[in-house]
Amino acid sequence: MLSEAIPLAGSGTAHLRGEDVLLGVQDLVVEYPGRAGTVQAVSKVSFDVLPGETLGIVGESGCGKSTTGRAVLRLERLTAGRITFAGEPLEQAGERRMRTLRRDMQMIFQDPLGSLNPRRPVKDIVVEGLALAGAPADERAAVSADVLAQVGLSGDRFPGMLPRQLSGGQAQRVAIARALALHPRLLICDEPVSALDVSVQAQILNLIEDLKAQHDLTVVFIAHDLGVVRAVSDNVLVMYLGKVCEFADAEQLYDTPAHPYTRALLDSVPLTDPDRGFAGPALEGDVPSPLSPPRGCRFRTRCPLARERCAAEEPQIREVRPGRYAACHFPLPEAP
Amino acid sequence: MSAHPVLQVRDLRVHIRTPRGVVRAVDDVSLDVGHAQAVGVVGESGSGKSVMARAVMGLLPPRSGSSGQVLFRGRDLLSLSRKEKTEVWGKRIAMVFQDPGRSLNPVVRIERQVTEGMRRLLGLNRAEARDRALRLLREVGVPDPERRLRSYPHELSGGMRQRVMIAIALACEPELLIADEPTTALDVTVQRQILDLLRRVQRERGMSLILISHDLAVVAGRTDRVAVMYAGRLAESGSTREVFDAPRHRYTQALLETTPTLDHERHTPLRLIPGSLPDPTSPPRGCRFAARCAYAEAACDDLGPRPAAVGPDHHVACANPAHAPAAAEPPTPRTTRAVGGDSLGG
Repeated sequence: MLSEAIPLAGSGTAHLRGEDVLLGVQDLVVEYPGRAGTVQAVSKVSFDVLPGETLGIVGESGCGKSTTGRAVLRLERLTAGRITFAGEPLEQAGERRMRTLRRDMQMIFQDPLGSLNPRRPVKDIVVEGLALAGAPADERAAVSADVLAQVGLSGDRFPGMLPRQLSGGQAQRVAIARALALHPRLLICDEPVSALDVSVQAQILNLIEDLKAQHDLTVVFIAHDLGVVRAVSDNVLVMYLGKVCEFADAEQLYDTPAHPYTRALLDSVPLTDPDRGFAGPALEGDVPSPLSPPRGCRFRTRCPLARERCAAEEPQIREVRPGRYAACHFPLPEAP
Repeated sequence: MSAHPVLQVRDLRVHIRTPRGVVRAVDDVSLDVGHAQAVGVVGESGSGKSVMARAVMGLLPPRSGSSGQVLFRGRDLLSLSRKEKTEVWGKRIAMVFQDPGRSLNPVVRIERQVTEGMRRLLGLNRAEARDRALRLLREVGVPDPERRLRSYPHELSGGMRQRVMIAIALACEPELLIADEPTTALDVTVQRQILDLLRRVQRERGMSLILISHDLAVVAGRTDRVAVMYAGRLAESGSTREVFDAPRHRYTQALLETTPTLDHERHTPLRLIPGSLPDPTSPPRGCRFAARCAYAEAACDDLGPRPAAVGPDHHVACANPAHAPAAAEPPTPRTTRAVGGDSLGG
């Protein structure tokens, strides 16, 4: 367990918004012990999500974004931290209680085919949750037809199909229908479109947006693609090597990033502009090993602005501009 | 089309027999790659972009047949003898694949994997090959190359492995490098580094490059010419600037508009391309995009359309192409579109 007294990079709770949140995560730590040492995949991460809001979580591989999403559903063992859902603390909830709560907190995954039972037809897959809850067969059949219609898979063709007969986009629609069947309040989407072609990706993103509005869903949208996250998010959390770098309104974060890592991510996105190619300079080096993350700020080994203080002292999240939260000693100015 | 192309793909057809029927993976595609030119090939899954590259490299699956020509410096690669082919592949044409983890042998040290080709194909001795491997690793930006030569692939990060793959591809000084989705498995900041690296070595060495990607943005800033493929056919080709500034094929336009951008207004629906790809075993007679196209006319269902010139270096296979922006109008501000590296299964 980490002592509360030690300030850590990317930790801190200055950006949390009080009581009325649907999902609250405070100082979340997830560790994986291994032979070579313990990896702290998520290191004192805090965020909250208001009802009806979409929070985007972005970052590169190993930043802990997927682990964070899974930890909220307690699909990972929590090492430390507090998670509340609609006011109820989850970290101490028993397995039975979690099973009930998970009906309100549904998740869809990157590999839609891998998340569907290969031997069951689509019409049964989407009501698996209801069957577990003991719903009668006629209710299941009605819900099954209803949710399949909602995700655009109506008609006679789809209900009897097996997952391997579906395209990637159709499989992701089935996964979304399965989540909807339980009337969740929170939908956690872990890279839901990154295995899909661009034209299919747009269909799924529009579908998630439509269903969110129809069902008053609150969404946590985890992705590495900054363009995709921008299209759907109200607020965005940027993570690096298990830590929070920045939290802000999506448009403000993209327009005037405060953390140098956010800036570097945006500058690395290829543009469809034959003259420019990229918006800014490249970032040097690779992500360091999570087994021995840099002391101080974890981004300092690649940061173009790093100074001595960044190695000596870990930055806490603070309000660096009104409404803008970043864990950086030397945040970027508002005007570029 | 350039005057002295290194590679000329002429009326290439590749058909692959599958249990469901014959897939017409590449259907009547012609493409030129000029000397020291970087050409991007873009398309979604099923467009035939990778199969075309594999046909050039002689890596077609069994149960496939091809017709047409792949002329490399005037010689048709499809009709070379086995011995003649080994003179070309690996030595004069090299390839980099999507997944560097699976292209490297996991139980062989980097040194042997980098030097293998040059020792066999160029007849270098061990010391010469090692010197050259060190130079190559430095050229592609691998830090501490002496130590890296002794490493196994699993000791390197994904980005480093792709740098090693590029070094291996460059080992015999190829005239043409084919990079098939070289950054799709990589993170966005590492993708950026690898794309910069490919463009740099291509320019410094005066090498020709085919950069294949599903992502329009990946090829935009790094190629001289670009070809957009759809369902086995070439939709549009031309200078990268013309294709991106004034896309004429309705598919190219739709693909650009459906891609989420860094300046997309949030919670506004993305432009959709309705429907899905045609059945690859029985594609429609006419334009393969017609069923999904908002601008389709009766003519689109007829045979064709054939690629037609719409500019000095700009060909479009569309019966009802988008209008070119009028020359008198002031240039419209270019919207920048972007997507991150799409990591498949990562």
